[in-house]
Amino acid sequence: MNDLKDINIEKSLELLKTKKISSKELVEFYLTEAESKKNLNAYISLNLDNAINLAKESDKRISSNKMRALEGIPIAVKDLFCTQNFLTTAASGMLQNFIPTYESTVTQKLWDAGAILIGKTNLDEFAMGSSNETSFFGSVINPLSINNKKYVPGGSSGGSAAAVAANIALAATGTDTGGSIRQPASYCGIVGLKPTYGRCSRWGIIAFASSLDQAGPMTKTVKDAAILLDIMAGYDNKDSTSANLDDINFSKSFDKIKKLKVGIPKQYKSDKLSPEIVKLWEDGIDYFKKKNCTVIDIDLPHTDYALATYYIISSAEASSNLARYDGVRYGKRQSSNDITTLYEQTRSQGFGNEVKRRIMIGTYVLSAGYYDAYYLKAQKVRSKIIDDFNQAFEKVDVIFTPTAPSDAFEQGTKIDDPIQMYLNDVFTVPASLAGLPAISVPIGLSQNGLPLGFQIIGKRFDENSVLAAGKIIEDCANFGEKK
Amino acid sequence: MEIDKTLVKKIASLSKINVKEEEVKKFSNELSKIITWIDKLNEVKTDNVTPVTNPSDIKIPIRDDKVNDGKIKEKILKNAPETKGGYFIVPKVVE
Amino acid sequence: MDKNDNNWEPVIGLEIHAQIISNSKLFSGASTNFGSEPNTQVSLVDAAMPGMLPVINKVCVEQAIKTGLSLNAQINKRSVFDRKNYFYPDLPQGYQISQYTQPIVGKGSIEIDLKNGNSKKIGITRLHLEQDAGKSIHDLDPNKTYIDLNRSGVALMEIVSEPDIRSAEEAQEYVKKLRSILRYIQTCDGNMEEGSLRCDVNISVKKKNEDFGTRCEIKNVNSIKSIGQAIEHEFHRQVEIIESGDKVQQETRLFDEKKGETRPMRTKEEAHDYRYFPDPDLPPLEISTNLIGEIKKNLPELPDVKKKKLIDGYGLSSYESSILISDKNNVDFFEAVINENNQRKPKVVVNWIIGDLFSLLKKNNLDIKKSPVKPSDLGELIDLIENSTISGKLAKTVFDEMFYNRKKPKKIIKQKGLIQITDSGEIENVITKVLSQNVDKVNEYKSGKEKLYGYFIGQIMQETKGKANPKLVNEILKKKLAK
Repeated sequence: MNDLKDINIEKSLELLKTKKISSKELVEFYLTEAESKKNLNAYISLNLDNAINLAKESDKRISSNKMRALEGIPIAVKDLFCTQNFLTTAASGMLQNFIPTYESTVTQKLWDAGAILIGKTNLDEFAMGSSNETSFFGSVINPLSINNKKYVPGGSSGGSAAAVAANIALAATGTDTGGSIRQPASYCGIVGLKPTYGRCSRWGIIAFASSLDQAGPMTKTVKDAAILLDIMAGYDNKDSTSANLDDINFSKSFDKIKKLKVGIPKQYKSDKLSPEIVKLWEDGIDYFKKKNCTVIDIDLPHTDYALATYYIISSAEASSNLARYDGVRYGKRQSSNDITTLYEQTRSQGFGNEVKRRIMIGTYVLSAGYYDAYYLKAQKVRSKIIDDFNQAFEKVDVIFTPTAPSDAFEQGTKIDDPIQMYLNDVFTVPASLAGLPAISVPIGLSQNGLPLGFQIIGKRFDENSVLAAGKIIEDCANFGEKK
Repeated sequence: MEIDKTLVKKIASLSKINVKEEEVKKFSNELSKIITWIDKLNEVKTDNVTPVTNPSDIKIPIRDDKVNDGKIKEKILKNAPETKGGYFIVPKVVE
Repeated sequence: MDKNDNNWEPVIGLEIHAQIISNSKLFSGASTNFGSEPNTQVSLVDAAMPGMLPVINKVCVEQAIKTGLSLNAQINKRSVFDRKNYFYPDLPQGYQISQYTQPIVGKGSIEIDLKNGNSKKIGITRLHLEQDAGKSIHDLDPNKTYIDLNRSGVALMEIVSEPDIRSAEEAQEYVKKLRSILRYIQTCDGNMEEGSLRCDVNISVKKKNEDFGTRCEIKNVNSIKSIGQAIEHEFHRQVEIIESGDKVQQETRLFDEKKGETRPMRTKEEAHDYRYFPDPDLPPLEISTNLIGEIKKNLPELPDVKKKKLIDGYGLSSYESSILISDKNNVDFFEAVINENNQRKPKVVVNWIIGDLFSLLKKNNLDIKKSPVKPSDLGELIDLIENSTISGKLAKTVFDEMFYNRKKPKKIIKQKGLIQITDSGEIENVITKVLSQNVDKVNEYKSGKEKLYGYFIGQIMQETKGKANPKLVNEILKKKLAK
């Protein structure tokens, strides 16, 4: 019996190809493991009806040498991607019964490559949150929690991160709007990649903030992230913000990148940063130097304003994107004799508090009299933040920073203080605002014994450099041993 | 910047969200804190800066005028809470 | 409007919504056909399902440019789509994609002709693209409203006039002129009954040399006649208010066709805060100089120019020309007949078209484009009349046959033996016969009963089965009766 526990995609493909394991074994293993670790609440639903049949079909294809790029590989999907005929909830009461009649572009690409849906993972409601404590289906527990306490896995892709870290998923898809792939990857000790804005199609992904949302892989290794990105990426003519570029084979090309120039932004350093993060940062810098990279100090002057800019823009877009949830064509309706009451009751009962808060902030910053001071101002500051990065990237190829200001925290300790919660995203939002690719790679453990990840940001469409730098950290940090 | 109760109710009404009386104060506090925190953007000089809506410089893609969609009535109505005769049904709307 | 209205004058601006002629919708590939079963012309995008995204239709953009050029307006090479946010059950997204600060077309103008013979230039402020909403049907059930989204997402052009209009007549002429241009260049079919052309009237009153007063918006003005009535009523209502010492309230009013008056909308209009912001799902629309040039090159001559040419070049009356230019297809038909054989008399051709052809087309609910009688067929018939092969009267029967049985004129005439009798000898024989059979009546005629002339004609025509050449008959009959 193969030890499937710590296996990854790359290894699985090898074993499948050489027929040392079958897809059926893999799928059964993950379904069983998922059931056994239900307490983590990482999954909202499991594909119990279909996954094994699909696995058998994959095995047939493998035996007749018709193996596609991800043939037989089980993948967990964040429950924000619409999956055809399969419950898709966005972790919201509003969509608790919603069954899409269509498949998102990104997940269709995975199935076309032979991958198999294991289940839909839990998340913060409508992707708004950084702790996975706002889900209609209950909070997710970080599998690396210590001392019998319940720590958060981060968010919003908390379920995906927890599933991969707990080995109840081989890999998962997530979405990242302000850090929702990277920050949970950091808290759970896995790899999480947010591609360049426009790299992956947004069609069929339930929208939170249209100018920020991006789908990306959450995996055990950097190589796995590249393998998944190869399949997930690509132009989609149904998405007007999709980039029409030549296909790149990331998994084959990223490790050819050498001698990177790595920038360290001084505005990310602060005396509030914990000594353990400062130490790990220095370790990372040493790793780069060891691998023939140059490390340079750079300036990102408007860093301090990124978080406020992000909250204005993302809330504004969300308030408009969530207006369609009115109980008329789908969603959990609260009936009434009056249309206004129907709207208000449906939305008040269907949305949780964080979602309501953000919709109201969004409505406020767009409203007459406040638009210029908030929304328009934020768009201008966003422009300056983009300029900061453009200037920095004239000097360096990648930028290296902590992913989050701390390790995972206990459930319930920040949920009542929205601003404290928002501060979790301070290092991740700038790259989101600028639409840049960024990865989080685990680098070590905190004093508490919880994972810490570090972030590498790259130039637009230069995922290769980001992956290459990530690999350096991965190789040198040897996080697997530390766990 | 304070978001008083009247403003909370106005915003809630625009967003079609019902805020119960006992929740108004809580929302007022939370929103006021958040808005005050966002106010710090005023520190940034932005005269003559072009606002950015989308970080990419992708040109708008244009589609040919072909009918290649629609005629999927069952799918469109499938998740609806109330339908009749092929229509979506809502309570009578007074114009 | 009375000239003695105490020097009061109305100040009127019109907002026209014109449905664009295109196969598919503005941002989705569903059909724009009118009158289909409910919700059959609805794509997932039109129904605003979770995760859906807009993609713009090339032809809709071109139609807007075409219209802008025909209104002598500036085409903006860069324009932006904005979201207009509000809740209504037939607005699935909870927002309408429209254009707010940067529309596709800027300032322009059109000339209108007034009854007193003067022309007046009416300015156009702008034209922008936006989505139409679905249909709410309130009268199928006392307690429910039925929603059909077939129309949701159809492309509209909103055309806003400057407040240059100063009377009901000017307003009506403006709408008529605008409609004729749109129909002529085939960007909108201008059908007010079917709702493909809708009009909102903005009206305030002032005395000459005073500043503009408070204006009211009047909706639900569905015909040229209603425009006149609504303006007359509203003008007097506002003047009365001011003259009695009160102030006009700014409000939106509905026009009640039955009563011929305006009344305030029943629902208290919440100050609509539409929270416009640029749609993050759509990059700005950039139009090249080349595209504008191409469209300009292929623009047909505008109706006014064409009308003048028809009058000056072909000697048609203003009335005849107006009818032709109401539809470019009429002009094309006319010109095809004339250009095939320039001996054909324009007056004769136009009379056949607007008389017999239009009458049969209308009876059979056909467009001139689908006319079973082609230009060359009509031309042939006209030639046959001209060279006396057939009489004008019998030609009408031939025409009917051509229309209903799609046969060529020469064939019909041959088959039915309708060739005109032009041999004077033959005609004289018939006349002699008729007169000799009616000696009494001949005598009565000679003693003054001139009415009997028609009786003799009737008899002669009966004898010849209508084929005798009328001119010759008259000549010879007169001669004989004079004896």
